[in-house]
Amino acid sequence: MRFALSAEQRQFAESLTGLLSAADVATVARRWAGGEHEPGLKLWRRLAEVGVTALAVPEHRDGLGAGAVELVVAFERLGYHGVPGPWTDTAAALPALLDDELLAGVAAGETLASLRWDPHVPHALDADVADTRIAVDGTDLRVFTPGRSLSGVDGSRRLFEAVPGDVIASCPDPGRAFDQAALATAAQLLGAGRWLLDRSVDYARQRVQYGRTIGEFQAVKHLLADVATRLELAGPLVYGAAVALDAGGDVPRDVSAARVAAADAAYLAARTGLQVHGAIGYTAEHPLGLWLAKVRALTGTWGTQAFHRSRVLTALRAGSVR
Amino acid sequence: MDLDLDEHARAFRAEVRDWLAEHVPGTPLPSFDTAEGFARHREWEALLADARLSAVAWPEEYGGRDASLLEWVLFEEEYYAAGAPGRVNQNGLFMLAPTLFSHGTAEQRRRVLPPMARGEQVWAQAWSEPDAGSDIAALRSTATRTDGGWLLSGQKTWSSRAAFADRAFGLFRSDPDSERHRGLTYVMVDLRAEGVRVRPIAQLDGEPGFAEIFLDEVYVPDADVIGEPGDGWRVAMTTANNERGLSLRSPGRFLAAAARLVDLWRREEAADPALAGRVADAWIGARAYQLYTYGTVTRLAEGAELGPESSVNKLFWSQLDVALHETALDLLGPSAELRGPWLDGWLFALAGPIYGGTDQIQRNTVAERLLGLPRGPR
Ligand SMILES: Cc1cc2nc3c(=O)[nH]c(=O)nc-3n(C[C@H](O)[C@H](O)[C@H](O)COP(=O)(O)OP(=O)(O)OC[C@H]3O[C@@H](n4cnc5c(N)ncnc54)[C@H](O)[C@@H]3O)c2cc1C
Repeated sequence: MRFALSAEQRQFAESLTGLLSAADVATVARRWAGGEHEPGLKLWRRLAEVGVTALAVPEHRDGLGAGAVELVVAFERLGYHGVPGPWTDTAAALPALLDDELLAGVAAGETLASLRWDPHVPHALDADVADTRIAVDGTDLRVFTPGRSLSGVDGSRRLFEAVPGDVIASCPDPGRAFDQAALATAAQLLGAGRWLLDRSVDYARQRVQYGRTIGEFQAVKHLLADVATRLELAGPLVYGAAVALDAGGDVPRDVSAARVAAADAAYLAARTGLQVHGAIGYTAEHPLGLWLAKVRALTGTWGTQAFHRSRVLTALRAGSVR
Repeated sequence: MDLDLDEHARAFRAEVRDWLAEHVPGTPLPSFDTAEGFARHREWEALLADARLSAVAWPEEYGGRDASLLEWVLFEEEYYAAGAPGRVNQNGLFMLAPTLFSHGTAEQRRRVLPPMARGEQVWAQAWSEPDAGSDIAALRSTATRTDGGWLLSGQKTWSSRAAFADRAFGLFRSDPDSERHRGLTYVMVDLRAEGVRVRPIAQLDGEPGFAEIFLDEVYVPDADVIGEPGDGWRVAMTTANNERGLSLRSPGRFLAAAARLVDLWRREEAADPALAGRVADAWIGARAYQLYTYGTVTRLAEGAELGPESSVNKLFWSQLDVALHETALDLLGPSAELRGPWLDGWLFALAGPIYGGTDQIQRNTVAERLLGLPRGPR
């Protein structure tokens, strides 16, 4: 057993960190929220160049056919940096939903997809900018047309009503696609939680009240230590679920367990981050709110916490305890 | 021990209930953190004042009806149960007015309170500064003596409603050689006066719910100082206890929110059983706060004073409010992320553990002043 990232996987994460740190993603996200897609699409293409969109695409469709672990590595970084766009739909779900030549466009970073998946994803993300729009209806895949745009807590998640049309294909087992999307969401939550913790620790080192940096107060230390602990323990579940996807295991149970733990940890990081920042974190000018909103939004998509808990229980009740 | 209301209280409650049933707008007013919403909420305050319902606990001469504290609590229960508009003049009515009753002059009360009750003058609280949040005694804005009054300079921030408010009350350092709590003066200031610049700040919901206030030698007459110059800290502590204690968030809000949550849960038939438990917890919390408050008003009516237990209050409701709204969002499932009353309510609830003294500060107060534990480093 070796339950740790390989040197190449770590390198991949570092290269994404380098790329995204230099990209001023917060500004890209704000503009994306305002309907200005160009900077976000440019970032999309740059991430495609380093392989992010090709990871889950099979080799015969010009993809990398990489494993779920690589997918988690990439989505954790996307979450950390708050990258906008229909990443989960395009790079995690779609490649497992159908085997079609359009996947070559996905791998190349030229095709963006938006999915509706009742009842878990009732509203289509970025349906205006996506070129492939699919509503998953049992095993039927239908095209849909974007309807009314909806306003959500995370402005950089541009949501649309989806009006389903004709069946274009069928997918005998959409479960894999759903699980990859749920796991990608868990990875983003983990990354967003880590960003929130890092920024809060930075702030606690620097903000002075009562003549001390607030990080000297045990009340603040303990809040942050609790977040660190929860995130530390959510991470292994997320990577463990990726291993289950790659090497076999109780995939629904493990993906759902990962999603539950990652979302709870990220939400604690968000609440704590706001608390540690005080009023400045409550402003629209401060980036904290972007991540807080993203965590709240991601927590309810690709399965709610209640849904994922019930999936874990279903597996446990059936005896899948070990 | 009983929970019976006397005839006067029952009649009062019935009158309030009837009046609200007739007057509460059918569709909610736009947010008071927008120019239009602010104006509409002002009009609403005038309507309340016409029925002498905007400040029921005040003496009649200022527009109130001498209601007891219990009656005020009942008023609030009716008010929020009826889904009535938020109180745009909250900070004036529940922070400045009690301060004027304790420390103001008769002239100040006569001049300030009636237009406050009518919403003609909406007040903002200008205490916090960039470097003085929890540590309010670190404030640096100054009041400098001049002929017949004071010149205010410096920067205040996070002042709720200041984007559209008329006046503000705050603390200023009047003795340049003083430190910490000493040498502060409590002042009322016109936000339209020369030398005042207000910069609205958008909050998480995108609306300018608070503002920075820049002051450059703004003149205020002696008549607008509350209490003695230099005695501002003591004066301010009255306001702070009122804020943390009863008046900032009375049980009525949470009882009404819990009732709405129960409605939501009833509609979401498929809701997860674990969520049902959290709905019960929210109601239990609101009920506990209601009964706790009945106990508090009983003690206050018998002459007790509100002390550090006001921190228990604030800690309890701030956490209750967050948990209640989180439960609602979880009930809404994948649609929770869409803008709507529950999402807005959640964003608002998240600020509760920050303003009016953070939860960490309240916990220190409970531990040290109520439980008598040794003071930790500050
Ligand atoms: C929505 C909203 C409305 C507001 N409205 C007003 C208003 O109308 N007027 C006004 O004057 N102000 C207002 N405020 C400001 C509010 O009073 C301050 O935010 C609050 O006092 C905390 O100060 P701060 O934000 O600077 O946080 P800080 O004091 O910088 O605190 C940051 C973190 O450090 C912790 N901390 C600080 N000191 C200690 C300690 N000794 N021990 C343990 N932990 C500590 C805090 O709990 C917090 O978690 C408002 C704030 C908000 C969010």
